[in-house]
Amino acid sequence: MSAIILEAKKINKYFHDPETVRVLTDISFFVKKGEFVSVTGKSGCGKSTLLYILSTMDTDYEGELLIEDESVRTKKEAQRAAIRNEKIGFVFQFHYLLNEFTVLKNVMLPGLKLNKYPAKEVEHRAMEKLTMLGIEKLALKNANQISGGEKQRVAIARALINDPQIIMGDEPTGNLDKKNSEVVFDIFKQLAEEYNQTLLIVTHDTGFSARTHRIIEMEDGMIIG
Amino acid sequence: MNTKLIFSIAQSLLIARWKQTLVAAIGVTFSITMFIALLGFMTGLNDLLDGLILNRSPHIRIYNEIKPTKNQPINLSADYTNHYNFIQSVKSGGSRQEIYNSAAILQTLKNDDRVLGYSPKITTPVFFNDGTIDIAGIVNGIDVLSESKLFHFTDYITAGTGTDLSKVSNSIVLGKGLAEKLFAEIGDMVQITTVKGERFPLKVVGYFQSGIRDYDKTQSYASIITVQKLMGKAGNYITDIQVKLKNINAAPAVAKEYSQFFTADAEDIQTANAQYETGSFIRTLISYSVGITLLIVAGFGIYNILNMMIYEKMDSIAILKATGFSGTDVKWIFLVIALSIGFFGGLAGLLFGFLLSVVIDQVPFVTASLPTIKTYPINYNPIFYGIATGFSLITTYLAGWFPSRKASKADPVIIIRGK
Repeated sequence: MSAIILEAKKINKYFHDPETVRVLTDISFFVKKGEFVSVTGKSGCGKSTLLYILSTMDTDYEGELLIEDESVRTKKEAQRAAIRNEKIGFVFQFHYLLNEFTVLKNVMLPGLKLNKYPAKEVEHRAMEKLTMLGIEKLALKNANQISGGEKQRVAIARALINDPQIIMGDEPTGNLDKKNSEVVFDIFKQLAEEYNQTLLIVTHDTGFSARTHRIIEMEDGMIIG
Repeated sequence: MNTKLIFSIAQSLLIARWKQTLVAAIGVTFSITMFIALLGFMTGLNDLLDGLILNRSPHIRIYNEIKPTKNQPINLSADYTNHYNFIQSVKSGGSRQEIYNSAAILQTLKNDDRVLGYSPKITTPVFFNDGTIDIAGIVNGIDVLSESKLFHFTDYITAGTGTDLSKVSNSIVLGKGLAEKLFAEIGDMVQITTVKGERFPLKVVGYFQSGIRDYDKTQSYASIITVQKLMGKAGNYITDIQVKLKNINAAPAVAKEYSQFFTADAEDIQTANAQYETGSFIRTLISYSVGITLLIVAGFGIYNILNMMIYEKMDSIAILKATGFSGTDVKWIFLVIALSIGFFGGLAGLLFGFLLSVVIDQVPFVTASLPTIKTYPINYNPIFYGIATGFSLITTYLAGWFPSRKASKADPVIIIRGK
């Protein structure tokens, strides 16, 4: 039995503006190490909202969120930032690279922030990740000079730099064409199966979710399967 | 907090928007430049104007005022101590303008640590006779060496040689205005009538121009010995002792002390020239206000640019936060940006301010009343540079504070979902 990386206990969330709406109802589930989990559901079912709660960025909810058996709800902003930095890797729908930096520096930034290894070592590790994803040639290009599919792969490399406990993705293939979606999916699959990387991906692409290890299906703010 | 990383991110953001950065920095540079040049120039002028009076004024003047004696003889008499004495029609006694026991006073001053130097002086009114006309004037008997050392006497000699006063017997230096009235060339003899009615010929060895025209129309200088001769007094007769202190601010206290100790009147420079103090204070105040206003305006410029930059960089802020940078980190990134603009803009401002000062210092400024001044005066006081540096950092810090706080409080979820 593998360790539980992330556990949600009875998470409820309300939006208060313009009127109070319950968007998440008693969400409880857990993700074990090495699992490749997808969260699916129609637009507006609350899957992205859930992801932002799980990512520790959103704190306005009821219930309990445990990451490696530690409750994050009561932690301070700086502590949550440290958790995101060390334990969570993020891949967004829109690639969100920093255009002021090179591809390599984009990948390195979270590693430099973690400050666990010296800068040289972080650079070396960043190159390794880029090589693993087959985009080492782009390392010295500026982030705004590469294509959408390449950006998403850089974002994955950035998510991997600190060897996180879990990688979260918010519609990581939502903005990509068929071919690039395949590439990104294959990378996730490879990470899960070869590197035993835990992944939690929110998607409404059923073709994508069907091929993951476990599907959490949501409707109207509740898990239905 | 990883300082090196924060500086490197701030640097990349700055370079990515180098035009905006440059505009903000130029704002700071301009205001610091003007601050330095303005204060240097204003203070230079202030010093010049103050110097007109203060350089030539003693910090303390010891003399005997013409006034009624406080203790009339009858009050001193032992026979009448228990009486109430009414004295009518008290008159001032002018007989004791001489400073009593002057040699001992000079000796005391010489041994006083607080005293930078002193110069004895005799002042006496005379008439200059030019044909049938008598022109009222004043002869100052001075010790040329100490007067030059302490009060820059020789700086104000525009023709002839000041030191000739001590070399040529019975010589005189005339104020420029007075010389024009008397039509006296250097080498000429002028006739003087003393208050006692004695006539005396004196040889003109130079002209004196103080910068204050009225003063130059009445004043003249001779050596102490010449004036003692003129007045028929002995070699220890002096009417004034001018004292220059090491610390000008101590003058009022020291003057009070001397006045009691030497039983003479002692006037300090602050009392004698109060209006100059006020004038220079107001001028300094105005230049500081203008300078600081410039800096504050530059601060608003930085505030605007940073605010804009933060709106543009909202995505970047969100991504930094999502990947583990805390609000404090983000705040420091933008504070470092603001402070770098302040620091480098300020540094350039100090340099340009100095250069502008040097340029102003070269601009010719010739005026008849100020014979020693050839170019505009500039004060290169390092304090201005210190204040400018301090203020550029403080204003940019404050200008950066509010936008940085906004950036640190930005919610990444709202930004990312907002797409």
